[in-house]
Amino acid sequence: MRLARGHVLIGINDEALHAGARDVEAALRAALADHGLENEIDVIETGDLGVTGRGVGLSVYPDGVLYAGVTVGDVADIVVEHLLKGRPVERLRFGERSTTPTGLTKRQPRVVLENCGVIDPESLDEAIAAGAYEGIAKILGDGIAPADVVEEVKRSGLRGRGGAGFPTGLKWSFTATGDTKYIVCNADEGEPGTFKDRLILEGDPHRLVEGMMIAGYAIGASKGYVYVRGEYVLSIERMQSAIDAAREAGILGESVLGSAFAFDVEIKKGAGAYVCGEETSLIESIEGKRGFPRLKPPYPGAVGLWAKPTVVNNVETLANVPPIIVRGADWFRSLGTASSAGTKVYTILGHVEHPGLIEVEMGTPLRTIIESYGGGVRSGKRFKAALIGGAAGAFVSEDRLDVAMDFDGLQEYRAVLGSGAILVLDADTSIVDVVHGILRFFRHESCGQCAPCRAGTAALLSGYERWMRGSKRPEDLEQLLDVARTMQAASLCPLGQSVILPLETAMVSFPEEFPR
Amino acid sequence: MKSLLEKYAPTAENLLDILHEIQDAEPQNYLTRDALRAVAEYLHLPLSEVVSAATFYSMYSLKPRGRHIIRICESPPCQIVGAESLIDLLSTHLGIDVGQTTDDGAFTLETASCLGVCGVAPAMMVDEELYGNLTPARIVDVIEKVRRHDATG
Repeated sequence: MRLARGHVLIGINDEALHAGARDVEAALRAALADHGLENEIDVIETGDLGVTGRGVGLSVYPDGVLYAGVTVGDVADIVVEHLLKGRPVERLRFGERSTTPTGLTKRQPRVVLENCGVIDPESLDEAIAAGAYEGIAKILGDGIAPADVVEEVKRSGLRGRGGAGFPTGLKWSFTATGDTKYIVCNADEGEPGTFKDRLILEGDPHRLVEGMMIAGYAIGASKGYVYVRGEYVLSIERMQSAIDAAREAGILGESVLGSAFAFDVEIKKGAGAYVCGEETSLIESIEGKRGFPRLKPPYPGAVGLWAKPTVVNNVETLANVPPIIVRGADWFRSLGTASSAGTKVYTILGHVEHPGLIEVEMGTPLRTIIESYGGGVRSGKRFKAALIGGAAGAFVSEDRLDVAMDFDGLQEYRAVLGSGAILVLDADTSIVDVVHGILRFFRHESCGQCAPCRAGTAALLSGYERWMRGSKRPEDLEQLLDVARTMQAASLCPLGQSVILPLETAMVSFPEEFPR
Repeated sequence: MKSLLEKYAPTAENLLDILHEIQDAEPQNYLTRDALRAVAEYLHLPLSEVVSAATFYSMYSLKPRGRHIIRICESPPCQIVGAESLIDLLSTHLGIDVGQTTDDGAFTLETASCLGVCGVAPAMMVDEELYGNLTPARIVDVIEKVRRHDATG
């Protein structure tokens, strides 16, 4: 018997039939097939769902969510939002919210994602009811000075969730003085295997608006930009609607919540360039130019957007700021480890039973993440490797699965925590092929500005293909490492500097595939 | 063109947004020489700077493309669940290589870096619609559905 991941029960009775239950059912089956879910989600006709006078009812299991008054027009939302992405459609929900956590949500101390899938991201009222804008209201209401906000974030131990893990409060404190400054939210999420920021943008956009407001207040900026990658169509829509609603309500604008603080946010849409995730490339792109990274120093904190002092923070970093202000630095420090406070959002992917998004405390062992939250390697196969951190990431083999996932723990294996991508590979996977894919990716995404990276990524790909398709000579591998090391030393930005990571960790962890 | 440009203030920071909008409005999904010239003039930028940006980002094209753009992901999370053979299948089914457009002008086949829906890998985008959990049968299905939709208007 085929097992389904979920079941949708549709209540069929006279009332429901009059309300168009058959049409809803047909639309539901069609939409499930459209999204490739027909073998994962079963549609079952059932009798009365115990909701009368409410038109067509649907009951979704294992979540235990009951929808009432469903029309054909609602089906797409239910399929895309709930069944594909795991966020119940609150506007159609009937009765009390189920508080029983299921599946991937079990035992997760959610901070960043606490409202994702719980509130309607298009509703300012729901966001406020869930605590949105409490942090900025506290700051403005209590008259907390900008320097004290910076101090609180410093004390919290929050480190950047985009890549390098630089302490956020310290970054804020390095902002030069000046009349015009900018806060930029980096939502150019392009690291392969990462989509945590997308889910924050889509699921709780007001949290991000508030995080930017607090950061803006702390550094003295009255304008914020969110740079979202162009492929994230829904993220851009949701973020824009959140900004519009906040402006309408007087939360954004000349006088934030009636205070003397002015702040507004604007979205900038990317156009397809991985390198723009690097902060200075992103700044160039906002200015309407090619996304070429700048020489550092000067850092953006001194000379940033239009040469003004600018702070660039990742989506997940900014999403952590409001709860730090509301609940305090001590609370935040109580989560995670000494060097890495708080939680971390990961995307678990590849050959696991339950691919998806989780948020756990910093320091949680990789084994726990893969086995308890990801459900282990799928189809009962053996684990071979995990690629941590995307294309610019590191391969971790089985003997290192007990590594504690925080900034320091991973550094030991030269892996980077930032992007939060965990790609699990089963025993049948060829690491040689995965590395090939990674080198193709870098060849394509090198921006071409600096020679070490432009020539290096091309030389790595062609040299690797020669080795892969024939020569298999150990000295060829040595030469590839040599090129990658030169790129690490001489490239202008982390793109060229990081190719060595996947290449070397693959060779060291899997010598049988890379005989030297 | 004029009314489209005038929605934006004539500053360089609006360049990428303007290019997106012009390309979306062009039935063949690309930036014409005339359009690039008009944008340069409107923003008071040298044409070379506009072309420089337009040729840097993968979402812009200076060559005519099909009515529908297929972007199939080839990044590692999709690669390890069979994206490569799906790219071959798309190419065979449409009778074109990656980067080419079908003779009837309906489809352009492109590969993309991570689309950020790795939970349902392998994945592709057709215009602004996302499709996940792709199989050979499903890919053909999606393409044929788009064709039928075009035929019935």
